[in-house]
Amino acid sequence: MVFGRGLRALSIASVVLLTSAFALVFFYAPNDADQGFVQKIFYLHVPVAIVALCGFVAGGVYGLRYLRSGDRAHDLRSYVAIHLSLIMAVAALVTGSIWAKASWGHWWVWEEPTLVSFLIVFLLYACYQPLRFSIEDPERQARYAAVFAVIAGAFVPLNFMAVRMAESLTHPRVLSTTGGAMPGDMRLTFLLSLAGMTCLFVTLCKYELASKHASMQLRALKRRLAGDDGLAPLQRSAAPQHL
Amino acid sequence: MPALPLDDAGPYVAAAYLVFLGLLLVYLAIMATKLGRISREIDELSRIAERRAAAREEPRDREPV
Repeated sequence: MVFGRGLRALSIASVVLLTSAFALVFFYAPNDADQGFVQKIFYLHVPVAIVALCGFVAGGVYGLRYLRSGDRAHDLRSYVAIHLSLIMAVAALVTGSIWAKASWGHWWVWEEPTLVSFLIVFLLYACYQPLRFSIEDPERQARYAAVFAVIAGAFVPLNFMAVRMAESLTHPRVLSTTGGAMPGDMRLTFLLSLAGMTCLFVTLCKYELASKHASMQLRALKRRLAGDDGLAPLQRSAAPQHL
Repeated sequence: MPALPLDDAGPYVAAAYLVFLGLLLVYLAIMATKLGRISREIDELSRIAERRAAAREEPRDREPV
């Protein structure tokens, strides 16, 4: 099994797409009539948040595939997707907070359903790593983590729909037919940012998968060469330790 | 709230993009550390393999005359 296939092409695509997107953000997309220059954060914050939420769902899909097949590679994929989505979610929360301060005058608005629901999703997934770490047996760890990933993954779109139906106070509805109609140049810039962020997420996922798989293979090889005596005992870890 | 003038909005926009860049760099630094560990383990494995090869060749060197 090779996890790092196409990594080079993906890395180049990520750099090209993100550089082009950020160039469009600052040199092509016009300033927003309402918010002015500060709206440039939109091209970073929204794609990061979308990719994070999709990554959580992808983690659930891989969790489901693990439960159906018992293939530990799917458990590893689920773990990596959720791990990276958590990092993206941190970026979305921080950039959103900065935008909120600039635009609304507050770092956080507790009455706003979009913000609070995203925080709830983030806190839910923040439990994923401690859950894995608390279970020593690798089989049980993978199974319980997969069940968590599936249930939490199903919660993400439900949560998204609930927020859409709720009344918004200040946070704009970006991808809607009524409130989020963007002019062509803004839409192009946004779509390129989204494509770049997606490409970056896939690249980092593959990078981490390849790294973890290499560590596992090395450990197996070491065991074959040096025997169990030559190896330190496996420490408990939240990450899958073998396939 | 009215739109912030460019001078006031600039630091916020810069901060948001720098936070993202910082997170990305921290992640890459952690991954680079792990890659370094893998590289050291490969070195260790090469030494074990060399020792094994040397030990296997030793009896052949001591053939009776």
